Amino acid sequence: MTANDQLDALTIAGCTYRSRLLVGTGKYQDFAQTRAAVDASGAQIVTVAIRRTNIGQNPGEPSLLDALPPSRFTILPNTAGCYNADDAVRTLRLARELLDGHDLVKLEVLGDPTTLFPNMVETLKAAETLVKDNFKVMVYCSDDPILAKQLEEIGCCAVMPLASLIGSGMGILNPWNLQIIIANAKVPVLVDAGVGTASDAAIAMELGCDGILMNTAIAAAKDPVLMASAMRKAVEAGREAFLAGRMPKKPYSASPSSPTTGMIGR
Amino acid sequence: MIALTVNGQPHQFEGPLQVQALLKELELTGKRIALERNGEIVPRGRFSDEWLADGDKIEIVVAVGGG
Repeated sequence: MTANDQLDALTIAGCTYRSRLLVGTGKYQDFAQTRAAVDASGAQIVTVAIRRTNIGQNPGEPSLLDALPPSRFTILPNTAGCYNADDAVRTLRLARELLDGHDLVKLEVLGDPTTLFPNMVETLKAAETLVKDNFKVMVYCSDDPILAKQLEEIGCCAVMPLASLIGSGMGILNPWNLQIIIANAKVPVLVDAGVGTASDAAIAMELGCDGILMNTAIAAAKDPVLMASAMRKAVEAGREAFLAGRMPKKPYSASPSSPTTGMIGR
Repeated sequence: MIALTVNGQPHQFEGPLQVQALLKELELTGKRIALERNGEIVPRGRFSDEWLADGDKIEIVVAVGGG
């Protein structure tokens, strides 16, 4: 029995999604490439950043949301570049206004510009304020199982531990912590940050993640549209393998797949 | 003339003007933006009624590519 769309949908804050792959929109060559990659990935949820508009330059210039219309995609605004709770909250309030009241958001509060590791103290503060203000918060966090659970208890609708540093492509560095977080969580757990290639995505899904958010892995590939297609398959394959229940590992002895009797010449 | 700081840059405009008129001056009419006046969000529905004052700090944001 294969996992069919209806039965294995991803549910986040009461909405269901066919795709467990979420993608960012940064680092692409242009909007056409962004849209082509998003389409190839099958992603329904895409993240965007919130920035000052350029005043007085090219008023006729197309904008990102012309290429990725909110009528077609779930636009997930992030708080990239925010280093404290106040800035993150302010950014998401503006984003909610920008997106006509849509309140599903990605919270990230960074600790330092070199590693982009989350500042978990400020993240917890921001999460509390945002949840009280009726946002549905998907939160980028460290892979600390206690903090991930605290974010869930505050009311975040999804926790998104990093696999490795943002944009590093280093893959799943601590599958053990990820599994602990998954075992303890009652909300979806999505790996966000550090995925580098298709096998990383498959590994995360095999561990039991509910979904994956990635940007650089696709945008910085030599052929982003092809990588987006690979990631789509990897997330689906990893999910099916997880649902299928893998065979046990046998570290010290083999188990033949062919009969051990009836061999000729004996 | 009214002096406004818009996205960190000083500007002068013929007053009086409301947010709607400011956006027209900046060629942002009809664009998907969000706007803050002195740290408070001005909802879209108030653009024609929110009159700006000398010294106001305005932030105008859009969605851009990001992860």
